[in-house]
Amino acid sequence: MKDLSVQDRPLLQVAGLTKYYGSRIGCEGVGFDLWPGEVMGIVGESGSGKTTLLNCLAGHLAPDEGRVLFDLDGVPTDTVTMSEPARRKLGRTDWAFVHQHAADGLRMNVSAGGNVGERLMAVGARHYGNIRESAQDWITRVEIPADRIDDRPTAFSGGMRQRLQIARNLVTGPRLVFMDEPTGGLDVSVQARLLDLLRGLVREMGLSAIIVTHDLAVVRLLADRLMVMKDGHVVETGLTDQVLDDPQHAYTQLLVSSVLQV
Amino acid sequence: MSGGREQAMIRIDNLSKTFTLHNQGSTVIPVMANAAFSVAPGECVALTGESGAGKSTLMRMIYGNYLAAGGSIRIGDTDIVTATPREILRLRRHTLGYVSQFLRVVPRVPTLDVVAEPLLATGTPAGAARAAAEALLARLNIPERLWSLSPTTFSGGEQQRVNIARGFAYAYPALLLDEPTASLDAQNRETVLRLIEEAKARGAAIVGIFHDEAARSRLCDREVDVTAFRPDRAA
Amino acid sequence: MTRAETGPEASMSDYNFAYLDEQTKRMIRRAILKGLAIPGYQVPFASREMPMPYGWGTGGVQVSAATLTPNDTFKVIDQGADDTTNAVSIRKFFEKTAGVAVTERTAEATIIQTRHRIPEEDLTEDQILVYQVPIPEPLRFLEPSEVETRKMHALEEYGLMHVKLYEDIARHGEIATAYAYPVKVEGRYVMDPSPIPKFDNPKMEMAAIQLFGAGREQRIYALPPYTQVVSLDFEDYPFERMRAQEDCGLCGADDSYLDEVIMDDAGGRMFVCSDTDYCRARREAGHRGAMAAEGEAFA
Repeated sequence: MKDLSVQDRPLLQVAGLTKYYGSRIGCEGVGFDLWPGEVMGIVGESGSGKTTLLNCLAGHLAPDEGRVLFDLDGVPTDTVTMSEPARRKLGRTDWAFVHQHAADGLRMNVSAGGNVGERLMAVGARHYGNIRESAQDWITRVEIPADRIDDRPTAFSGGMRQRLQIARNLVTGPRLVFMDEPTGGLDVSVQARLLDLLRGLVREMGLSAIIVTHDLAVVRLLADRLMVMKDGHVVETGLTDQVLDDPQHAYTQLLVSSVLQV
Repeated sequence: MSGGREQAMIRIDNLSKTFTLHNQGSTVIPVMANAAFSVAPGECVALTGESGAGKSTLMRMIYGNYLAAGGSIRIGDTDIVTATPREILRLRRHTLGYVSQFLRVVPRVPTLDVVAEPLLATGTPAGAARAAAEALLARLNIPERLWSLSPTTFSGGEQQRVNIARGFAYAYPALLLDEPTASLDAQNRETVLRLIEEAKARGAAIVGIFHDEAARSRLCDREVDVTAFRPDRAA
Repeated sequence: MTRAETGPEASMSDYNFAYLDEQTKRMIRRAILKGLAIPGYQVPFASREMPMPYGWGTGGVQVSAATLTPNDTFKVIDQGADDTTNAVSIRKFFEKTAGVAVTERTAEATIIQTRHRIPEEDLTEDQILVYQVPIPEPLRFLEPSEVETRKMHALEEYGLMHVKLYEDIARHGEIATAYAYPVKVEGRYVMDPSPIPKFDNPKMEMAAIQLFGAGREQRIYALPPYTQVVSLDFEDYPFERMRAQEDCGLCGADDSYLDEVIMDDAGGRMFVCSDTDYCRARREAGHRGAMAAEGEAFA
């Protein structure tokens, strides 16, 4: 397990991030620092702006204002103004994006092994045996039976597809993972297993992650820090356990008290 | 007051806390004012006071789980009240341990890994971490056949002992203990008391809540009555 | 009138030379020049309605039409043969609309239009090879979006191409692609060489100009002489030419691409050179294959 608390440089520095949809606010004035090994949760209900924020951070949407500085080879680089080829390359190497619906993040007509190996081949891997071995390794790491490496994701259950998506993203050892409702749409028992896996991988690989979810149980389990969003603004931020156990803002208090306890 | 406040591991000054319930008519509930005390390395201080007086609240504030309204909470050189989340996380990993009353774990992680985690997080090699975890679990009478199982299905007493094992796996310089001997039989209670004494002996500063009077008098050098910090009684 | 007697004047009264109007030829020539300047890059062009349906070589015909001059000698092959229906039709088309000399002999042709084969005989710097292309985009089957494939070419993001080869090996134990085997041109663009057998891929490094026309998809691409063309593969699964382990039944050649011909309904078969002109030239030079005596009737 890596102890990255000794790093002296933030991995991501976000300032003033703003996105409008006409006169509507998608998100406004969002800023935070993310350090190596930290997991940031972004919670809010529908329409809070959390997905807009995630897409602006990950380079899927162009923000109207603001900076997203990523530590690229020791140099804080603004990914908002980066060239598209550079951003696409970043998306294949240092960054990863786990979609809520696995089908959006996988090639459904390519085998599991091909899906996992694609990123390797995209960065120049040219030895079939090695590629297959890496793919095999990762498939078992995400607890997919090894003999399914040649099956297509169309033959997988929802939970397995999601785990495959994670393997596909992590194979190139990214430093930052964006996740959009990673457990959305999955059965509860499947969710637990997936969260557990994610938590283990994040710890093991020293990943930083930004996770958007409406599910407070997910952030309690996965996130070190938390931002609560409402109507496009961050209304509260802090340590996850502090924000959930001692919420200060009215909306956060409402959110926390609304969660049904089993 | 004991030994020079300059050498204190834990130092609390002028601490206050208020709860504001925005969704219930914006009720403001002041629960603490002018709390102050310190704990030196090797000292054990007990928080006393009747139920609801604020013992757990104070402990959670020291851990950074509750926010303070004012004042300072120093753990070593870091003031929790003004520290960044990142600094608090680092503190919790390396310096400040917390054994709550309830075991909260990730669903499928085996007991051995639960206990070894604080060691792994601070850079202990996997083999040594597991060995230390095994020793602790054995000491606390958790049978070996349970080590590979998740503690979520254990009895209350077993869970509490796993909780304690996790809290004592890594040698934290500062330790917060909330009812560590609750739901334990005589033999395990004795083991836990010994663990706490060993922690004291290696210089840990300990704040504890003990309903068990005998434990309190055996372990604690001082008592701090939190009722003195109630706002309606603050001087 | 024999073919030789028909001069340009006789057929030009009804059609512009080579059927297309001059403006169209200029547009196509510009596209060709762009293609030659950027080997392997697919240049969009305004494909015209031709008097033959899509899928019958309209792209190749338009490229030939723009390239032909009255002094050219034109050859057309389809799967290596000059005498199949399509080859004959296209040859007649240009005889009528351009009045150019035509030939079946590779060495005598200045422009060769081909479907699905490269002639066995080495081509020279004075020759142009025009390929008919159905789907010009090598990434199409894995990435259906045109916007996305254009980006991938522009940004040289070809990981997906190797995914296709990986899938082949995973499923068949080897790279199963037998024709239209993707190549990398001058270390930059990945290109579909048209549905030629992979046996022909190494020949693409040649002295002649190679032009590729896709009429339905409206793309032209090109390879100047001596362009580097490398077939994609893996380090541990290198590219292999594939050829039946037989000699040509008629001329005995052991190095040409062979067609398998079923001779009777008892399963009798023979292998003959796919390139009919190559086979004929060898037989004229005295080479004989095992079936030569019987095969005389087919010659």
